[in-house]
Amino acid sequence: MLTTFRYCARQRHGCKMAIINLPREDFEKYIKLTDEIKEKIFMFGVSLENVTDESIELDVTPDRPDLLSFHGFMRAFLAFLGKKPGLKSYVVKDGGKSYEVVVDKSVTGVRPYTACAIVRGLKFDEAKIKEIIDVQEKLHETYGRKRKKVAIGIYPLEKIKLPIRFEARRPEDICFVPLDFDRELNGIEILQRHPTGREYAHLLEGMKKFPVFVDSKGEILSMPPIINSELTGKITEKTRDVFIECSGFDFRVVSKALNMLVTVLADMGGTIYSMKLRYPDKTRVTPELMPEKVKLDKTNVERLLGIKLSETQMKKLLARMGHGYEKGYVLVPAWRVDVMHEVDLIEDIAIAYGYDNFEPEVPAIATTAKASAMEEFKSKIAELLVGLGMLEIMSYTLTTKKAQYANMLADENMARPIEVLEPRTELSILRENLLHLACKTLGDNVNAEYPQRIFELGKVFSHDEDGKSETGVREEERLAVALAPGNFTEAKQVLEYLARMLDIKLKFRPAKHESFIEGRVASVLLDGTQIGYVGELHPAVLRNWHIKMPAAAFEISIEEIFEKKFCKN
Amino acid sequence: MSVTDNGNERELLETLSPNERKILPFLGKSFDELCKLTSLDEVAVLRALQFLENKGLLRLRMEDKLVVVLDENGKRYVREGLPERRLLDVLTKHGSVAMENAAKLAGLDANELRAAIGALKKKAMVEIKDGKLVLMAGKDEAKKKMLEEIFLEKLPLALDTLEPQDKYALEMLRDRKEIVKVEKRKVISYELTELGKRFAGKKVKLDLIEELTPEMLKTQGWRGKKFRRYDVVSAVPKIYGGKKHFIRQAIEHVRKIWLELGFEEMEGPLITTGFWNFDALFTPQDHPARELQDTFFIKGKVGKLPGARLVAEVKKAHEQGIEGSKGWQYKWQEQEARKIVLRTHTTCLSAMTLAKLREADLPAKFFAIGKTYRNETIDYKHLVEFHQTEGIVVSPDVNFRHLLGYLKIFFEKMGFSKIKFVPHYFPYTEPSVEIHYLVSQFLFLLGVLASSALLWIIMG
Repeated sequence: MLTTFRYCARQRHGCKMAIINLPREDFEKYIKLTDEIKEKIFMFGVSLENVTDESIELDVTPDRPDLLSFHGFMRAFLAFLGKKPGLKSYVVKDGGKSYEVVVDKSVTGVRPYTACAIVRGLKFDEAKIKEIIDVQEKLHETYGRKRKKVAIGIYPLEKIKLPIRFEARRPEDICFVPLDFDRELNGIEILQRHPTGREYAHLLEGMKKFPVFVDSKGEILSMPPIINSELTGKITEKTRDVFIECSGFDFRVVSKALNMLVTVLADMGGTIYSMKLRYPDKTRVTPELMPEKVKLDKTNVERLLGIKLSETQMKKLLARMGHGYEKGYVLVPAWRVDVMHEVDLIEDIAIAYGYDNFEPEVPAIATTAKASAMEEFKSKIAELLVGLGMLEIMSYTLTTKKAQYANMLADENMARPIEVLEPRTELSILRENLLHLACKTLGDNVNAEYPQRIFELGKVFSHDEDGKSETGVREEERLAVALAPGNFTEAKQVLEYLARMLDIKLKFRPAKHESFIEGRVASVLLDGTQIGYVGELHPAVLRNWHIKMPAAAFEISIEEIFEKKFCKN
Repeated sequence: MSVTDNGNERELLETLSPNERKILPFLGKSFDELCKLTSLDEVAVLRALQFLENKGLLRLRMEDKLVVVLDENGKRYVREGLPERRLLDVLTKHGSVAMENAAKLAGLDANELRAAIGALKKKAMVEIKDGKLVLMAGKDEAKKKMLEEIFLEKLPLALDTLEPQDKYALEMLRDRKEIVKVEKRKVISYELTELGKRFAGKKVKLDLIEELTPEMLKTQGWRGKKFRRYDVVSAVPKIYGGKKHFIRQAIEHVRKIWLELGFEEMEGPLITTGFWNFDALFTPQDHPARELQDTFFIKGKVGKLPGARLVAEVKKAHEQGIEGSKGWQYKWQEQEARKIVLRTHTTCLSAMTLAKLREADLPAKFFAIGKTYRNETIDYKHLVEFHQTEGIVVSPDVNFRHLLGYLKIFFEKMGFSKIKFVPHYFPYTEPSVEIHYLVSQFLFLLGVLASSALLWIIMG
């Protein structure tokens, strides 16, 4: 939190937000976007990012994929505003015998589940087609985990002949014209040649068979999770009826995605028809739009939120979040994916109640304050060094091999750096010492005023050979000091001053260290244990960092001192 | 400072530093001449002139001008003589020399010899006859300084101040190897004010004490003497003091606030297992935050998990849910939890603390301030490493209003009195709140200050 700039929307961790754009004109057919409404959007838990004459840009949290479309958002937001509260119900009509999808057992190890539906009587215009494509993309990206968990296909019904088969075939037996192409490709070719194919090829990697949806004419509709057919997979303004399938690895997940889609299409004016899914073991019917009944104990609500509510009040608050309520049970809409516990409903009640309306209260909980002894010790050392006129630096704990080894004349071939996987910057290893970073700082500041007397307090990392840690990485608090211009005596003076002030006795022993001038470096010993080095930096090291002044430095373990001083007994 | 009457004139003289006093007799000469006449270096002369400007004696002008200066060979030739000079000297002595001996006798290399002969032939001072180099000029003429030599001695000269003979010499030397070059330089010049004109040329003989020394204190040598007056108004060079890093200052400030509220500090490793960073905090294993492009994972290390009971409980919470939750409903993988990560938040410390907490320890309040990591590209609003703080209150009867109460008081102490609580989502807190702070009277919300800075759970 200290670096507040971190919290731009994209960065909030555990929280990949999704941006959606609502057409402002359509929005304002329902409500005028006043300052008050803008604030209501925030108080509903959605960030308003940007408003123009044409669009309203919203940032939706990942727990609410049902808000990722204009119609989905409006449904929930109008309820929140009290304009259309309560559980919205949708009629699902039985489509009859041919409304059927046969799920072949060949998909079992490939992409085992699908949930399908048909929506009829739609009137598409450009805006609606865009909304449908957008919501599909957003769901793919977020809830669908980049199509891994859920892949969605929507097809104009007039182009296909029911019933549908969902089966897996060998890739060379799959042949169709993929979207935006003008000739047939087989399964392998799609993964290699089609841009979408290449992007998602990893999802079918290593599979002997690829899943396909096929209509009763034998026409391939799509190869999920990759791409639809050019012939049957494109919605136009002429489309009236659509077939929708969601496929993935968890029936509950694909079924929820379907619910989100069909309700949006129904809000656009369509009528939902169910389909029978003939799985090898049993027949399922989707979409399942019956609300889920979740028990809610009013005393838990009151205890958790610290407010008193009547049952009627509670019912009203739940209605504002789109829920129904019946005698101790909440009827949760079938398109909500985030309600897994009573507490999620309690949060919804809190949002409906309005975070503004809670009276903040500091409870009378008496506890004793306690700071970390190590952190206090570090502050103390910082104060001592500041008293000597030194400036504290704070470097990254991640560094580069060149900085840590080559620049310091250390042999990289002998080193065992602790590396991070796929870093986005050149910082690729954890630092083993602070010394090279002190040198880096001097090198970065050759044009600043001299003398430069700097220090750093921080952790360094090494392989944990004793296996004491859970991670195999040992972390150690260190102190480094660098003086430019500076010589051995000056560096040792600082170290000895520190030792006097901390009441510890240090000993020095001539040593060898590649980063220092031979004969001008000593190991620092505390009660016979080596805790660091002090010396004059080697001219080649200075040159590597472009430092134009002679410099001296030391680095010692603060942890050793801390343990000796405070943990003796 | 403007000085008119004699009393002040005297005072002004008493403020002159030794260097200013040195310059005063020559005031009016060019900057370069001042340097030569006073034997002071350029910096000292410039500083003295600046002091005199402060006293109102002159107005300094610094301009970027093209200046002819000596290049590497030019510097050497000023010391050793131009090649043509050295060749002339040989010829003056011998009258003529065989071509093959010329270079050696004059101490020139082949290129220099060629250049020297060329230059002298142009002036019709030598000729080559029968493989011999013959002096054609009279001895007096040969001894006379050439324009090029006079020119080199005068350098540096501003390009726009060159006289015709200088221009000729420059023309002759310009194309020869590294003798002269034209470069952009700051040219310092000045103009005397009325006051300056009155003082210019004055020799100041004042016996003033420049610096009080321990010796003078001992001998009382200061008695009966005057101290030179200082310009007590003008700026002095900056100095810099030692300082704690501003992040440490911020950390200490935040720590103080937590301590004032009775919280106990949590500490722990920067490197941790996926278990503590994610699984124990109910972040599902397929969550995008657990991907390489978001989080730093350590190469080639597999972590250890805590006690089997805790691991089993966490697994169950993910797979089918505990305590009334439905869980995430997927197959939880131990190997995912064993991955080693650079902690992405300090909340893993809260998880570790809660795992160790016993009922007898309640109520308890903890806080953490620490470094956290994200796999980012660095720009003005993203860093790979940054600091976070968080607090946690554990008690059987804390509620949402208490969370808001602690947040309110924490932010008040941080200096944010106008904050707003806004619903938000985090996988590990329920309900979650985000804090917005108001930066002006406008009601609109700007900037986000913190995530759920305070976590809380209900126990019992």
